[in-house]
Amino acid sequence: MTTATDQIQKIIVLNAPHERVWRAISDATQFGKWFGIRFDGAFVPGAAIAGKLTRSVVDPDPPGKYEGFAFDFKIEHIEPMRLFSYRWHPCALDPNVDYSSEPMTLVTFELEDAAGGTKLTITESGFDSIPLERRVAAFQANSGGWTDQVEFIEKYLALPPA
Amino acid sequence: MNAAPVFAALGDETRLQIVARLCKHGPLSISRLTDGTSISRQGITKHLDALAGAGLVRSKREGRERIWNIETKRLAEARRYLDHVSAQWDAAIDRLRAFVEDD
Repeated sequence: MTTATDQIQKIIVLNAPHERVWRAISDATQFGKWFGIRFDGAFVPGAAIAGKLTRSVVDPDPPGKYEGFAFDFKIEHIEPMRLFSYRWHPCALDPNVDYSSEPMTLVTFELEDAAGGTKLTITESGFDSIPLERRVAAFQANSGGWTDQVEFIEKYLALPPA
Repeated sequence: MNAAPVFAALGDETRLQIVARLCKHGPLSISRLTDGTSISRQGITKHLDALAGAGLVRSKREGRERIWNIETKRLAEARRYLDHVSAQWDAAIDRLRAFVEDD
């Protein structure tokens, strides 16, 4: 169960060329366009940069009250066409909290060729070292880790009330 | 609602097993809960107290035994909370897909 609470993983196949997806995730400007964030620096291993939430080019809705909210990104690894990873503070959206001294989660984007396009695996790990009160918020904003737990809770809730 | 205690209580394999067992076979006495496990009566009681503290289980006395059951309402709240879990990455993936596929 340790890993079930420590990481979130999403695996999808994008109907786009490998090279196109690689640029979208590994170039700070391109990443910012779809994610909806404007960075003050480039994605370079070891770089500590900040990003401010802004409107995504593919989302008609503005980010609302979080517009302009700043996030710290620490760029970890870049292996061209294959892997991009960074660390951040998950769901660090409370303006009254200084997250800088807290552990960060590691977000990894991995690419490989797949039938019908490019397979993307997004893994966010390290939730077990995040303080509990933050983890609840982080798990609200990020996904997957609770699948096992949800499964039996769902089964239970499907039963008629006692 | 503060879901933190629910997550903390469920963040332990033994307690998850207890909750799963009560979901499937409850209500159960402590002796029934310890049947077929290597956990002591004292150990189970400690975990049940933690789960009760999070409002996930409740007990009532029947004769000499204490009978434990799942607190449906609290689990339903946790369920609603967990429904939000996938939202942000899924939304980000939707945006990435729109970005790379429509380009």
